[in-house]
Amino acid sequence: MFGKLTLSAIPYTNPIIMGGVAFMVICALVILGAITYFGKWKYLWTEWLTSVDHKKIGIMYLILATIMLLRGFADAIMMRAQQALAYGSNMGYLPPGHFDQVFSAHGTIMIFFMAMPFIIGLMNCILPLQLGARDVAFPLMNNLSFWLTAAGAVLVNLSLAVGNFSHAGWLGFAPLSELHYSPGVGVDYWIWALQISGIGTTLTGVNFIATILKMRAPGMTLMRMPIFAWASLCTNILIVAAFPLLTVTLGLLTMDRYLGMHFFTNSLGGDPMMYINLIWIWGHPEVYILMLPVFGVYSEVVPTFSGKRLFGYASMVYATMAIALLSLIVWLHHFFTMGNGANVNTFFGITTMIIAVPTGVKIFNWLLTMYRGRVRFETPMLWTIGFLITFTIGGMSGVLLAEPPADFVLHNSLFLVAHFHNVIIGGVVFGVFAGITYWAPKIFGFRLNERLGRAAFWCWFIGFYVAFMPLYALGLMGATRRMDHYDVAAWQPLFIIAAVGAAIIFAGVILQVAQVVVSIRQREQTRDLTGDPWNGRTLEWSIPSPAPAYNFARIPVVRERDAFWDMKQRGVDLKSSTFVPIHMPRNKAAGFIVASFAFVVAFALIWHIWWLAIGGLAGVIGTLIRHAFDDDRDYHLGADEVRRVEGLHGRVQARSV
Amino acid sequence: MSNDPILVQGGNLALRRDYADHAADTLRDLRRSGDAVDFEVEHHHDVASTIQLGFWIYLMSDCLLFSGLFATYALLNSHTAGGPAGSQLFDLPNVLIETMFLLFSSFTCGLATLAMNADRRNATVGWLAVTFLLGLGFISIEVREFAHLVAIGAGPDRSAFLSSFFTLVATHGLHVTCGLIFMAVMMVAVLKKGLTPTNRARLVNLSLFWHFLDIIWVGVFSLVYLFGVAR
Repeated sequence: MFGKLTLSAIPYTNPIIMGGVAFMVICALVILGAITYFGKWKYLWTEWLTSVDHKKIGIMYLILATIMLLRGFADAIMMRAQQALAYGSNMGYLPPGHFDQVFSAHGTIMIFFMAMPFIIGLMNCILPLQLGARDVAFPLMNNLSFWLTAAGAVLVNLSLAVGNFSHAGWLGFAPLSELHYSPGVGVDYWIWALQISGIGTTLTGVNFIATILKMRAPGMTLMRMPIFAWASLCTNILIVAAFPLLTVTLGLLTMDRYLGMHFFTNSLGGDPMMYINLIWIWGHPEVYILMLPVFGVYSEVVPTFSGKRLFGYASMVYATMAIALLSLIVWLHHFFTMGNGANVNTFFGITTMIIAVPTGVKIFNWLLTMYRGRVRFETPMLWTIGFLITFTIGGMSGVLLAEPPADFVLHNSLFLVAHFHNVIIGGVVFGVFAGITYWAPKIFGFRLNERLGRAAFWCWFIGFYVAFMPLYALGLMGATRRMDHYDVAAWQPLFIIAAVGAAIIFAGVILQVAQVVVSIRQREQTRDLTGDPWNGRTLEWSIPSPAPAYNFARIPVVRERDAFWDMKQRGVDLKSSTFVPIHMPRNKAAGFIVASFAFVVAFALIWHIWWLAIGGLAGVIGTLIRHAFDDDRDYHLGADEVRRVEGLHGRVQARSV
Repeated sequence: MSNDPILVQGGNLALRRDYADHAADTLRDLRRSGDAVDFEVEHHHDVASTIQLGFWIYLMSDCLLFSGLFATYALLNSHTAGGPAGSQLFDLPNVLIETMFLLFSSFTCGLATLAMNADRRNATVGWLAVTFLLGLGFISIEVREFAHLVAIGAGPDRSAFLSSFFTLVATHGLHVTCGLIFMAVMMVAVLKKGLTPTNRARLVNLSLFWHFLDIIWVGVFSLVYLFGVAR
């Protein structure tokens, strides 16, 4: 009746896991209780969960990413603590099987459920505003994408309480992830969490490409788009190009595990090395799917806070495109040691090193934008300068790893771990924080607290170096990654320093939580009344903060690259006297329902509850068909309502004749 | 993308007279005040063409999904692990009949599109029904082939070659099945509501999808069956 699912699937004998589960349950109960107490269920359902407004969906992505950042960070602290302790006769506090799950969960969560939701959230919040659009191309599909991602995140967290998570690393390398070596449900949790959220991400890619190509304001040619929009275009092209390969790879592994097939097994002709190739054909573009949007963020922050237009716009566009294309032909550098032969390794080593060229172009463009500018060191700019320094170091260690001979020595060591944290924390995470601080007035309507933001930056910045520089040294000393115990006395001091670094970053995280709380409490002092708090250059700053539901009461006509800067130069009046009704998409529950059924299907398949899986699938199809016959999809927001909202922001002019 | 300010929403949205009048007034006001060069009250995005672009992008992502399966098959088709090879298993005349079903269904799907363009509702549904039956024929031949292979001990768990064969062909078959569901829904929708702009846009997508599956099948037929027998 319930497949493999029994009560013993709940690990109630393990105090560490049960502590984590208890904490999650208590948090969930507090939140649900608070919603009930304040009677906000209806509001939450009609205004948020079923919303098709890209700004609200974006905020939900950001919330999801923040929660998962905390979860993934807890895993990181556990690993650092284990490795600081587990020398010699001390085995640490985590048994190997549990440690393996912790690092697998950490990687999976940080890439799929922290970094991805953060960048997709930022794109949702800002991209249509920069394009002068009133929404994305497919608003309801956008809602569905979010809920599919959220369903995947819930599955990962559920695995903590019911069953266990994969121990096969964040990419589930075969044959370790095959049934023979991983008979439990852990790998299945991993597969279905990624499969569901991956489909959501593919839909996001389709949606945003169509939005960028079809929804731009009149006059905004491609070469007049803000760089963030360009970066988003390249990213979403990469999503559509790469994620189908993730779907295939996970699908084939599923066939092996569920139907006894032999794609990646050691027996009957299976080829595990094909798995490594397939997963990295997706995996390397994924790195740039995360990186390109934050390159876009920095390209918005630097000109704004330097009071200058971006240096080398066209070269920035070409560099972004070049990186996107090159990212598709470097995947093999993840397994130089697999025996591909010298010529193949050489080709992929060279393509990898070439990526440093367009990346260098970008670094110089940012530096030259600052050169002779009036640089204002606000928090977003601090993150950006922190990025420029940190990412350059990480990029150079990457070029080092791109040499196949060097890689033979360094692969699978902590040097590699230090490298990719160097670029992902110093690049993606800093960029996300820069973007959130920069666009917070537009997204939430008020600025984030400056002092706590600066303090958090310094903790992250210093903590990063204390935590990860020792890992470079440890890697050179021979310490391998994913190690739960070691016998080399010289390593322990460095592991302890790394743990101290993690603690400093943790202080930064706490300061950020405090920053959010304080910013919300003091929002009246920092409220953005002008819509343009930083003296911005792009269209999102031309409308009130937070952006009204319809974004633009009138669609701006674009004449220059920095469209809003150009409008300010020409003294264009942002007040209007005439308003028309605006066509809006209606909120729908279909996205939430489809994703809920998809979650049920995944859970049923993980536990082999076949009848439930079939029922869930019928639910997905039935909901889609029902939605197809639903004609009540849009409405017109009345001109008076538009006038009222614009009036709240002082954007109404007396009617002049 | 057109740069003309427009007065009504295009695509599959209802045209609302009062709204159009109001927008015309507003536009006149804006022009008079000289604002019209900096703003437009309403900018026309062709909804139908956006939907079609989105569908094309989806099709291309699906194409890449198949490319992964084709590549896998190309690598594994020699990995028979002592089991039967394609040349011992494939019944080419049977596959040819199967292929003809799908190719003719693409032709009748095209006729359905022509009927739609000629505003002939019943003919549209009629040709869709013929397409549906041909697609159903294709699927049943495929299922019979699979059942036969499993029965003689050449199931997907026998060897890596058979795993990749079954997965590639069945993924195509699964797509055709989804297409059949889509088609059934569209027949009901057209009968109920007629050839509305929404239904037209969806029929265009459906026919794109169906022709796309045809093209994929040509790849399957050539790479899997023809090469399989020739080898």
